[in-house]
Amino acid sequence: MATTLRPAAPAVPRRTRGRRGGRSPYPGWFYLPAAVVYGVLFLVPTVASFYFALTRWTIFTSEFIGVDNFVQFFQEPALTKGFVNTFVYAAITSGAKVVLGLALGMLLTSQILGRGYLRAVVFFPVLVSTVGVGITFQVLMNPSKGAINAALGVIGIHGPGWLVDPSLALLSVALVDVWKGVGLATLIYMAGIVSIPKEYYEAARVDGAGSWTLFRNVIFPLSWPATSTVVTLSLIGGLRSFDLIWSMTRGGPGFTSDVIASVIYKQYQAGFYGLSTAGNVILFVAVIAIVLPLTRFLARKEVEL
Amino acid sequence: MSSTVTPPTPTGGQLAGASSRPPASAAAPAAGRVGGPRAALYRYGVGTLAIVVSVVVFLVPFGFILLTAAMDATQASEFRFAWPRHFQLWDNVVQVLQTRDYILVIAFINSVVLTLASVTALVVLGSMVAFVLQRRVSRWTGLINFLVLTGLIMPPAIVPTIWVLQRLGLFATMPGLILVEVAFGLSFTILLFRAFISTIPRELDEAAVLDGAGPLRLFFRVVLPLLRPVMVTVILVQSVAVFNDFQNPLYFLPGDAGATVQLTLFNFQSQNLSSYNLLFTDILLITVPMLVLYLFFNRQIVAGLTSGAVKG
Repeated sequence: MATTLRPAAPAVPRRTRGRRGGRSPYPGWFYLPAAVVYGVLFLVPTVASFYFALTRWTIFTSEFIGVDNFVQFFQEPALTKGFVNTFVYAAITSGAKVVLGLALGMLLTSQILGRGYLRAVVFFPVLVSTVGVGITFQVLMNPSKGAINAALGVIGIHGPGWLVDPSLALLSVALVDVWKGVGLATLIYMAGIVSIPKEYYEAARVDGAGSWTLFRNVIFPLSWPATSTVVTLSLIGGLRSFDLIWSMTRGGPGFTSDVIASVIYKQYQAGFYGLSTAGNVILFVAVIAIVLPLTRFLARKEVEL
Repeated sequence: MSSTVTPPTPTGGQLAGASSRPPASAAAPAAGRVGGPRAALYRYGVGTLAIVVSVVVFLVPFGFILLTAAMDATQASEFRFAWPRHFQLWDNVVQVLQTRDYILVIAFINSVVLTLASVTALVVLGSMVAFVLQRRVSRWTGLINFLVLTGLIMPPAIVPTIWVLQRLGLFATMPGLILVEVAFGLSFTILLFRAFISTIPRELDEAAVLDGAGPLRLFFRVVLPLLRPVMVTVILVQSVAVFNDFQNPLYFLPGDAGATVQLTLFNFQSQNLSSYNLLFTDILLITVPMLVLYLFFNRQIVAGLTSGAVKG
């Protein structure tokens, strides 16, 4: 089989490496099936998007119009709002996941009652359908009848209009995102904290370090790889977030909780394929502009700590 | 407070890789100095508090789903967290399954087909790439690593993907969606496999080659069986991701015939706002598979999701 398929593999590297008379046990054609699927359905569309973003595009014809789509994107308030919201949403959710994940990670690696139960219950929402979670909280957050405001009413607080208040809708969705995703952050922190060698705790204790010093000088710096992973993962997830927002508010009320991903969907539904693709290109640029420098910064920090 | 609680339960390493530390140093991370009474206060006091908070924050929403799924339509529309006046969970399940000519049953079949096919393809294609990528350094290695990371970070370009699928005659078809899920899931799969393959000694490959095994035999008969632990992890993590996926079916497989469970849930919400009991029965039905999976495989799922944490 290997011999019949040999022409498909890049012949040059094998010949130059020449291991075992030119027949590598690790043939290049092993890449081929994956490369075809990935190339055709991920790379080609990604490259094509940079052209189609510059066109007025129906599914049959495309007309080159230069940067008009981008101009429109940043001129229409509805679209610009989505752009700004994307960053707000990503920053809030990843910040909250770092803080809560670290706190819960420390709590759930210490000797407390019901640790196994707590770990299970914090993590389970990660596995649940996002749409299901969205619908459930949409009902729980109902301003007049929902269980959350009913519970707040019992203790004498007049609950806000979570998803119907334009200034609060995005935050409410972000809150649910944190509820659903904090389990993963906690898990990553737990793995990071558990991998810190015991000697550090002992040394700190011998030096008479209190809880805060221990946290500040041992746990936080030594679990930095976990922080790095949590920040990167939740930023990547937060910037492209769609499922939860779409199932809870559909970008509303008005367009106050729109993000780039929901703008892409709305423009696609409306038949503005060029504009939708321009949104996609803006999302690429946003992700790269934030994630690349950040990972570099986090990695450098890791060396320093 | 410590009088109210039961005797100490053994809290061993529940998390994969969490070694149970000796009790003396165990309270270290958050409790600070270890003193007898203080440690006990921490263990039971903070523990009890955490349990109470977790019940309110995490269990109540799931309880709400379960209770609402058992209510009649009138009570369900009150949105109250209450015991069902008529407990009719089974009736609701039957009714929701029969809705619109068993569309939910069809959707379950669609979701299972989608998940099985794409995860199988991911495992085979991803492990093949990871194997060669980890074993052989060539001038392609740098480029391939770059592409793998790109796939992990970059959001997919949606309308151009539809355009490509349409050109191939695969738009709005199940095979098209399967291939899309494979393309988008490959990067993470390759990273998981590659990390594990690096722990398998090369001597094994050499022995197999000396015995006359070609690349295919070497990989599928010798190496692949050794990848079982990471394969279980990949299968679980990707199954959860594909089964719960909403965005890709929404874009790439529109129409009722191929709807997945996530789409039917979403459509159900838009169309049937009067019968919340059925909506929540639907949510319950698609949550149960995940719960079962979690109960049986929580170690492997946890291992897969935390693999990046320590190495960074």
